[in-house]
Amino acid sequence: MIEAAGLTKRYGRTLAVNDLSFSVEPGQVTGFLGPNGAGKSTTMRMILGLDNPTSGQVRIGGRHYRELKHPLRTVGALLDAKWVHPNRSARSHLLWMAKSNKIPVRRVDEVLDIVGLTAVAGKRAGGFSLGMSQRLGIAAALLGDPQVLLFDEPVNGLDPEGILWIRKFMHRLADEGRTVFVSSHLLSEMALTASNLVVIGKGKLISQSSTKDFVSRAAENTVKVRSPQLGELRAALIGASATVADSDGGLLVSGMDSDKIGELAAAAGLVLHELSPQQGSLEQAFMQITGDSVEYHTELEAQARQVLAPSAN
Amino acid sequence: MTLLAVERIKLFTTRSPWWCALITLVLTIGFAALIVGNANEAEGVPATVASTQFGYSFGMAVIMVLAALSVTTEYRFGTIRTTFQAVPNRTAALLAKTGVVAALALVIGELSAFGSLGVGMLLKPNADLALNSSADWINVAGVGVIYALAAVIAVAVGTLIRHSAGAIALLMIYALAVESLIRLIPSIGEDIYKWLPFNVADKFITGNGASNMGRSAGEGAPMSTAVLGQGWALAYFAGFALVLLVLAISTAKKRDA
Repeated sequence: MIEAAGLTKRYGRTLAVNDLSFSVEPGQVTGFLGPNGAGKSTTMRMILGLDNPTSGQVRIGGRHYRELKHPLRTVGALLDAKWVHPNRSARSHLLWMAKSNKIPVRRVDEVLDIVGLTAVAGKRAGGFSLGMSQRLGIAAALLGDPQVLLFDEPVNGLDPEGILWIRKFMHRLADEGRTVFVSSHLLSEMALTASNLVVIGKGKLISQSSTKDFVSRAAENTVKVRSPQLGELRAALIGASATVADSDGGLLVSGMDSDKIGELAAAAGLVLHELSPQQGSLEQAFMQITGDSVEYHTELEAQARQVLAPSAN
Repeated sequence: MTLLAVERIKLFTTRSPWWCALITLVLTIGFAALIVGNANEAEGVPATVASTQFGYSFGMAVIMVLAALSVTTEYRFGTIRTTFQAVPNRTAALLAKTGVVAALALVIGELSAFGSLGVGMLLKPNADLALNSSADWINVAGVGVIYALAAVIAVAVGTLIRHSAGAIALLMIYALAVESLIRLIPSIGEDIYKWLPFNVADKFITGNGASNMGRSAGEGAPMSTAVLGQGWALAYFAGFALVLLVLAISTAKKRDA
């Protein structure tokens, strides 16, 4: 497990990570969610002892990263798939890493096989596509068969097949009882991958909860109903103190779940043509919650408008 | 030992060390062939042990490129982070790298020095190129030692600067130009020059000219103006390399990787 306590990182006058405390439990995938520039990568580098925290600390299984004897056997990490010498072969890259932590050489071939790179193991890593580099990075993370795994934006730039592969892979790792901590700026991706979420914005903790809780808290849940007896249904719903709004050819009900609405309609003998729970867009919800903690967001919008303006004419 | 093996794998699984090694050998041995080939006993300019080692400083420049690249490419491609992730003890990791690179420099240095001597013997079988004094021995075998220390300096500078172009430019400009330009400073230039590290290193190699039959510059390897004896010259150069290395490692330890 990973525990951060009061983790703070300051670069000059910018506070990249601000008094961040959270914990990541084993046996599940924990998402590390935040807009770009929220301090996710910095936090991950501090977990790995690469960057020194300005204050606070982070421990893995109760110990600082630098105290770990053969760290690759405890913590595997993929921070950047391009951190490979372009002229070194995939196998050589894994070979020196294995050697450094006294991991047997056959494990190199094992992990290459797991990620499906056996056929190109002898090729120079500089010629790899992003997907292949990502797989090599994952192979490196798995090398020491670690209990704790860190992935920084692992699906960035991958095709749908690659995304699916990584998602399944993480679930498998978590099912094996490992601690899996994966960062992303996409809530929709995290909703499918992670069962727990640590959400940050501008370096500060916004929430730590289960993904389900976060999503339901974030998205206002509404139910769409269509009925030939719309007027009566509307009256019945309002009578049961639900909020009702018109929506093309039907009603949008909030404050009441679909089970309840169905029962209500049945009790009143009303015919329903549609009864469908609507989930608010996750991205919208995410924006809502991280709202003012998005660092560049207003400038971006203004820029986007500027760029779009001429093409509109 | 493990860390040395790690750095050995890293060094030899990329191409640049092989190229640099090859270029060093071609340069130094090529220069030896030129100088010895032009030597003429009848005109009083015989080939000497020192003249076979004329090109060692050019080889040293290439060695420093090799050594600097061994660490700057790690910063360039982010593998330094993977390294520190695998070996959080940065002092140990960097010492291992320095050790492996210095050992390679030593081997290349000895190959190039004895290769140069061998070419000399081939071209001028009648010249007195036998190693029959300690001055002769140091002039040849010492080249590898100086290459190893130059490699340590380059690794240290590479660690401090982290950018290939910057580190290499600094090393080349300093070793090949700055030291000799300082001589041009009026009145004190020569005195400062006597204590500059690469000039002192040259003193270790060339000594007081015994290996060159007492000839002066222009007729073979120029002589160093440093005032230290050969042993002290080596110690001075080694000390300089060590100070830079300590500085580099302590900086790398404090810095965010």
